[in-house]
Amino acid sequence: MAHKVGVVVFPGSNCDRDAFNAFGTVLNQKVEYLWHKNTSLDGADVIVLPGGFSYGDYLRSGAIARFSPIMNEVIRFAQQGGLVMGICNGFQILVESGLLPGALLRNSSLKFICRQVYLRTETSATPFTSSLRVGDVLKVPIAHGDGNYYADDSTLKGLQDNDQIVFRYSTSGGEITPESNPNGSIMNIAGIVNTKRNVLGMMPHPERASEKILGSASGVMVLKSVIESLN
Amino acid sequence: MFKAIIKVTLKEKILDPQGKAIEHSLHNLGFHSLGSVRTGKNIEITVDERELATAEELIRSACTKLLANQVTEDYEYQIFDGNGSALASFNSRRGVESISGHAG
Repeated sequence: MAHKVGVVVFPGSNCDRDAFNAFGTVLNQKVEYLWHKNTSLDGADVIVLPGGFSYGDYLRSGAIARFSPIMNEVIRFAQQGGLVMGICNGFQILVESGLLPGALLRNSSLKFICRQVYLRTETSATPFTSSLRVGDVLKVPIAHGDGNYYADDSTLKGLQDNDQIVFRYSTSGGEITPESNPNGSIMNIAGIVNTKRNVLGMMPHPERASEKILGSASGVMVLKSVIESLN
Repeated sequence: MFKAIIKVTLKEKILDPQGKAIEHSLHNLGFHSLGSVRTGKNIEITVDERELATAEELIRSACTKLLANQVTEDYEYQIFDGNGSALASFNSRRGVESISGHAG
């Protein structure tokens, strides 16, 4: 049975269609766009906050989108245990909203980086990585200027103690090295979940690595995990 | 009517890569004694209120809710009257408040 995936569209979102394609065409789910001014999630089983540049990244990436009307519903949905997935700008919106800890700073190189990276799966104990094994390496693209994950020492310790670090930038062989860290993220962190494990934020784009024709299909495992965990 | 000038900067312990890039450029230009460059944002807002205390409370709330991300940023503000006299200031890094009264 197909599940209903709600893709939130903010002014400036630009990966909403990639998410639609990956969930709708590749994985045969029902996908609905949810305009940011909506005050209902229309019965969606999972919410995707897509990549892009909501509100032109004004003030801080995600800072203004976080107060869009639909975010009240997204926060309520997340607090009730609903699955929420924030990719790239979506991750930035989730940290701004307080659903995920930490912050995303300017890339240490100050450059916008658009290229393929490798991610090592750090935990399979989330609805987003249940089809993966710890150590599995995914090849997915990044495309961001503010992806430098930061958390203070106590937050970082909490993330480690609670197994909340989901993906880390690595070599193609799964080694965590300074050279494989594209943006200066603390501990090479590329993606995390909340303590309840139902909210994922990640800077890389699994939805843009969902078919071989796109250069890699390994990102689809993340989306498949989401659908399977709903079954 | 009041006017607030708000300055938002990265916390001291957080690397400011933009400041670093500016510092390198200054050094390349021969400004060898200049260092520790930090950047920030300047935000100016008018407050249509009669009471200074109300205006300050609103500005403080705007800073903590939207203008600064308290995970990574510090903020400070000054509030002025219509004649440009500073009436109040606050700095989140120092955590102290000083009402200077009519200075001008």
